[in-house]
Amino acid sequence: MLVSGSQLVKLLPNKRPCRDCGFPTCFAFAMKLASGGATVDKCPHLSPETRAKIEELLIPPMKFVTIGTGGNKLEIGNEEVIYRHEKTFVHEPGIALLVSDKESDEEIQGAISRIRKLHYAWVGTMLRANLLAPYFESGDKPRFIAVVKRLRESIDLPLVIISEDAEALFAARDICADRQPLIYPITQGNIDTAIPKIKEKPTPVGVRAESVEGLVSLTTKLKASGIDDLVLDPGSKTMLEAIRDQTLIRRATLKQTFRPLGYPTMAFPCFMVRDNPLKEMLIASLYVNKYAGIIVLSNLDPNHMLPLLVQRLNIYTDPRFPMAVEEKYYEIGEPNEESPVLMTSNWALTYFVVSSAIESTKIPTFLLVQDAEGLGILTGWAAGKISGSTIAKLVKNCGIEERVKHRQLVLPGRIARISGATMEALDWKWEVTVGVREATAIGAFLPKYAKELKGKIAAGKAVPE
Amino acid sequence: MEYKAPIESNTGIVNVVTLGKPGGETVRIGGENTLPFHFFDDGSWPNPSVFALQILDREPPEDLPAFLYEPFKDVLHDPAKWAKKVEEFDYVDAIQLYLLSTDPADRGSAPEKAAEVTIKVAEATSLPLIIYGSGDPDKDAKVLPAVCEAVDGMNYLIGPVQKENYEVVGKAILAHGLFASAQTPMDINLLKELNVKLGHFFPLERIVIDPLSPALGYGIEYTYSLMERIKQLGEIIKDKMTQMPMIADFATEIWRSKQARENEEQGILWEAMTSLSLLTAGANILTHRHLKSMKLVKEMYESEVKQWQK
Repeated sequence: MLVSGSQLVKLLPNKRPCRDCGFPTCFAFAMKLASGGATVDKCPHLSPETRAKIEELLIPPMKFVTIGTGGNKLEIGNEEVIYRHEKTFVHEPGIALLVSDKESDEEIQGAISRIRKLHYAWVGTMLRANLLAPYFESGDKPRFIAVVKRLRESIDLPLVIISEDAEALFAARDICADRQPLIYPITQGNIDTAIPKIKEKPTPVGVRAESVEGLVSLTTKLKASGIDDLVLDPGSKTMLEAIRDQTLIRRATLKQTFRPLGYPTMAFPCFMVRDNPLKEMLIASLYVNKYAGIIVLSNLDPNHMLPLLVQRLNIYTDPRFPMAVEEKYYEIGEPNEESPVLMTSNWALTYFVVSSAIESTKIPTFLLVQDAEGLGILTGWAAGKISGSTIAKLVKNCGIEERVKHRQLVLPGRIARISGATMEALDWKWEVTVGVREATAIGAFLPKYAKELKGKIAAGKAVPE
Repeated sequence: MEYKAPIESNTGIVNVVTLGKPGGETVRIGGENTLPFHFFDDGSWPNPSVFALQILDREPPEDLPAFLYEPFKDVLHDPAKWAKKVEEFDYVDAIQLYLLSTDPADRGSAPEKAAEVTIKVAEATSLPLIIYGSGDPDKDAKVLPAVCEAVDGMNYLIGPVQKENYEVVGKAILAHGLFASAQTPMDINLLKELNVKLGHFFPLERIVIDPLSPALGYGIEYTYSLMERIKQLGEIIKDKMTQMPMIADFATEIWRSKQARENEEQGILWEAMTSLSLLTAGANILTHRHLKSMKLVKEMYESEVKQWQK
């Protein structure tokens, strides 16, 4: 666990309220230290040993590691919890595409353009894969170097260089060291010769052992040589081993502050599962939930990647803040001036469910989304975020009045009670219909309503007098 | 620095529930005092989680993709034949019969009709049934008691029991020797409150928790974390109101999403990833609509579970 103020205060002088640190008491100072709001050098009364001890305690239990440079760099580590409900997961795992140097140049070009094209818009964010992982498999070193060079030159994504042959590994590193690739694997077998090579041009390092315990001596040795940007692979072969190894590393890091395991991890569904792309994706999804910092895949089929990237987004959503969408009118299908206008709240879940239910009816519709600070309809109303006047304000300001020629608004059934207040706040220029209580009923409601609306418009009764 | 593996143990044990009619196949869930897949900790998870395939009491609505029900396309008009056909796929542990047609927003069919269909399905299959009403609390208050009477003594799981109808539905479930799936909308306090209320007249060991399971992309993270908390409260804090096994009933929700409907492989993964996440969070029962997504997760799960039970 992160160090607490009450642990730190025991190491402070606590003799008199000297206020030399600028805080009224040692306890207040300790609390600030723990939360990162102050630094230990502000206290002039500490022995060098105590100061060093406090500084050690203040180092985050899991190392923060950056792979790559520039806007596409991947930042992992620094996680503070085992379960996301304790606080939140912080750094989404990087999704890497394995590129074997055995593939033809056309195939490699295809992989580059696939990862470049692969992006999905998902409620205000863009979902993408993050890394390329050139893999030395051909046995032909010049070929491998050529592939790495090509990847480096054609796309600005961070690289994970994978080679069991240490010579090829460092030769590949040499041509892109300025881009801070992760080099993998450093193992018991190559660590002694690798250490001086790593120190020539320091980049992040992937460490592999056959077990969690096996990693300890390797990371200890690397750290003693001043190499500390590490990513761990405990060599898991199955789903259960993956959960075991990842859980033990996370627990040792956070509950025991066991520094030799205090690093982010990497995982290889591409090697764990052969010739079963769906199963490979499931293993990858498991690693999203269970702590991996980098997940290497053998393929990026767009129909397989969307669910994985959505899951990553979901699991790394901060549970302390409700997910919300922007307040405005959304167009579902291609609505025109005679299309229905429905209204809902901006809690992302409500918005998703409602918009998806409308979409299934295939009736082009405008959906007004009211900012309820991320609350649902009923709680938003109960908290005073949704009322007749807020809805009226939204209708008047969002521009919907220029998009439709009718003045007919549908409110969610759950806030039927404010339909009168809404019409009043709209100066009786709109007519309000009470819709359904559950989004699941939209499928039955909307087609009927759209027909009625059409009838009203035809009869010239769609604008209140 | 010496490494000492951080092994943990818990003392709370999840209630055991055995579902299935006398003489038929039964499934047993619960009994665990470890967190899901934590075979490396002290303790055990003696009864593997079970996979239930969802069938409907009517032919599937036309807006559902045809690939979803491909293996059953000749029997979709007849729930009993549909249920019988499910038995051909030996990786299916149980059947969820979803009484969709009783929904006032669907056909609004009568409680007597639901009871009639249910008994036919129960006679057609030896697999345990999980029988779900439409979720409309008022309608379920009429439908579910009729259904309970029809399957008297068959040890099936009946739901969703909600705060609006727990008294009438709970009493019917109890009177006919069945199990209750207690459903609340993704909230730890609401689910404990419902269990407390039920507990005044209903044995806690006959309850399964249904915390509502939205699809991937539509709020799965809420249920993922909620299930982790429920399991931890039950096993670590020994909170009696969260020591029931849990059902992850996402079968209907998945296929509401555009992403699952628009492409079969994407749909299969949409359901399979939702399932695996909730399995990892601690679900004891998982409902699927797509046979292939179930097979995918079940085979992975089973091969691994065998390894850990060795």
